[in-house]
Amino acid sequence: MNIIITGLITGSMLALLAISFSLIFGVARIVNIAHTAFYMVAAYCIFSLTGKFGLNPVAGMMIAVVVVTVLGLLAYKFLIDPIREHEAAVLIATIALAMIFQEAVMLIFTGDYRTVSALIEGYFIVTGVKVFYQQVLTFGVVLVILGILWVLLMKTKLGLAIRSTAEDREVANLMGMNDSRLAMITMGISVALAGFTGAVLAPLTVLSPYMWMEPLIMMMAVVVLGGLGSIKGSFVAAYILGFTEALVVFMIPKGAFLKGSVALSIMILVLLLRPEGLFGISFEEER
Amino acid sequence: MKILTLGWRLLLTLCIVMAMCLPAWGRTIKIGVIGPMNFVQGKSHWNGAVMAAEEINAKGGVQVGNEKMKIELVKADSNEFLNVTDATNAMERLMTQDKVDFVVGGFRTEAVLPMQDIAMDYKKIFIGCGAATKSLCDRVAENYNRYKYWFRGTPFNDNYLVRTSFSHLGAGAAVIKNELKVPVKCAIVAEKAAWTEGMVKVAEATIPKMGFELVGVWRPSAVATDVTAELSAIQKSGANLIFTLFSSSVGITFARQAGELKIPALQAGINVEAQKEGFWEATKGMGNYVYTSSTYIRGVEYSELTKPFVEGYFKRFGEVPTYTADTHTAIAEALVPSIEAVGSLDADKIVAYLENREYLVPSGKVKYEKDAQGRPTHDLTWGPGYLTGLAGQWQDGKFVGVWPYKWVAAPGAPEVTYKGMVPLKIPPWMKK
Repeated sequence: MNIIITGLITGSMLALLAISFSLIFGVARIVNIAHTAFYMVAAYCIFSLTGKFGLNPVAGMMIAVVVVTVLGLLAYKFLIDPIREHEAAVLIATIALAMIFQEAVMLIFTGDYRTVSALIEGYFIVTGVKVFYQQVLTFGVVLVILGILWVLLMKTKLGLAIRSTAEDREVANLMGMNDSRLAMITMGISVALAGFTGAVLAPLTVLSPYMWMEPLIMMMAVVVLGGLGSIKGSFVAAYILGFTEALVVFMIPKGAFLKGSVALSIMILVLLLRPEGLFGISFEEER
Repeated sequence: MKILTLGWRLLLTLCIVMAMCLPAWGRTIKIGVIGPMNFVQGKSHWNGAVMAAEEINAKGGVQVGNEKMKIELVKADSNEFLNVTDATNAMERLMTQDKVDFVVGGFRTEAVLPMQDIAMDYKKIFIGCGAATKSLCDRVAENYNRYKYWFRGTPFNDNYLVRTSFSHLGAGAAVIKNELKVPVKCAIVAEKAAWTEGMVKVAEATIPKMGFELVGVWRPSAVATDVTAELSAIQKSGANLIFTLFSSSVGITFARQAGELKIPALQAGINVEAQKEGFWEATKGMGNYVYTSSTYIRGVEYSELTKPFVEGYFKRFGEVPTYTADTHTAIAEALVPSIEAVGSLDADKIVAYLENREYLVPSGKVKYEKDAQGRPTHDLTWGPGYLTGLAGQWQDGKFVGVWPYKWVAAPGAPEVTYKGMVPLKIPPWMKK
């Protein structure tokens, strides 16, 4: 039971991060390394708003998502858009952006560890296993968000435009879709999702200016495993790696710290057998 | 002409007076304070040094021979948690650019070792206030002429830290046995980090010898954000005592989740985050009954110097000093009295004097050790009458001193209890 709960929570967090990362990569070919830094900024926003200003946690979460989305849009407009055609430059610029966020958080909040109160305190027992209410709430919220995202992508005109641009940017452009505007909207959605992940997970984690690094590696692993730019792939891969991490912790107590390494090894193994990832387009085909 | 002569005379007199006064307010003793300044360890390094400098300067400064010199602090951010090169650059800058007379601070062994070398290259006294590794002092014994400028300020070395931790564990086990009348089953939970490797091995060998059943070893990542899996397994193992070795954020995660899940076991050992004032808030009150080694606790007195230091620090900075704030001791108790005694800033003279001193400090009494061959190590003597450290426990929102409480260091030795100690408690949910 514990493996299932832990796997579901970890997988859902990775799914939210990886899907939003895949979204902007698929549509605009932007490798946004600062993606998890936005997640960190959202977590610190909630810490400030609820802890220092005494705001209601739900209101704090909403404001944090808005703040992060605005930050993401500004970053796109002034930093990414001017160099968008040069993928390597975008990659480096977003690394710099993440470092700037890290240093800014360090300056404002120092390197001390911080925590955020859970929305619902306490736990319940299922088949002898103690499960936090906050974990169940987080999992439920993540499912709702993933559902909303699915509806947005599959049932709306905007979703159709995003999907068609992700599939073939040039053809979508020829069909009259404003590629740049669409990229900006997608960036907004992507960063908002990263912010939302930070918001829902803040009560379950410990805040530090370096908290963006560990999920970044796992998120990249999910994206590569699932297939670059594939949303479906990211979803499936996130749960594969989430459950792998949980299994390692339960099966090898002395090697709990190896959970990340084992997950990354699985990624390498899959890539050796299927270089395009689980649901990706093969590199030859893309060329 | 007479007026001109008078003017020249006045000018000359003024110059002479200025020249005479210059040493009194123009020359200072420059002390470099090096540490990770964006983190609590570095902040405490700086705060301790500031407090010492303020106290000494308020009294007119340091008497160096015939001169009265004030203390000037130079802050150096070693950034050593992230980059050891930043640490060595900061030390190099203190030596070449700031031209300090002495250095205090340092935290991570990996950074302190190269920083130590730089200070020795320039023959500057460096009092370490953070790294516990014994090898830092072994270097003094092995190559005295080069490393004699190094002194350990705090904490006592890692061998003694382990020894103290087992004393804490023993005290916890005694309460479990007395109150629950059950055999002690102990779990080891140590973050995956270099400093815990040796300690885990020693603990695995020592715990069964102490008469406790070792039920397992868990090694979460130092930055793990979820340890519910480990906690479930620990509860399933039947452990009633958890030996913790945490210096990073996992200390908060573990204590918070264990408290929230009401895991029926006492946490004892080292949890650096639990030594901080902010721990109660960081765990949202779930860190109740966490029991950890510590250096200073409000209300606990090792010597007559403890209370003025702890309360003065609390008044000045709004928090209880952590052990890296012992830069205060390094400056106010080690360096300044030695400088005044030898009447000089000459490092060799100060070393010769300081290594033979035995003096009171806020955390006990300092006496520098010699190794088995009688060579000076400049390491700190551990044990009753010298430095022992403390252990504190969070009891309903307050961090209180619980060890040493009627502690007998060796058979036949007298009991040791410092002023302000209270009995250790086990979590009430262990009694159900």
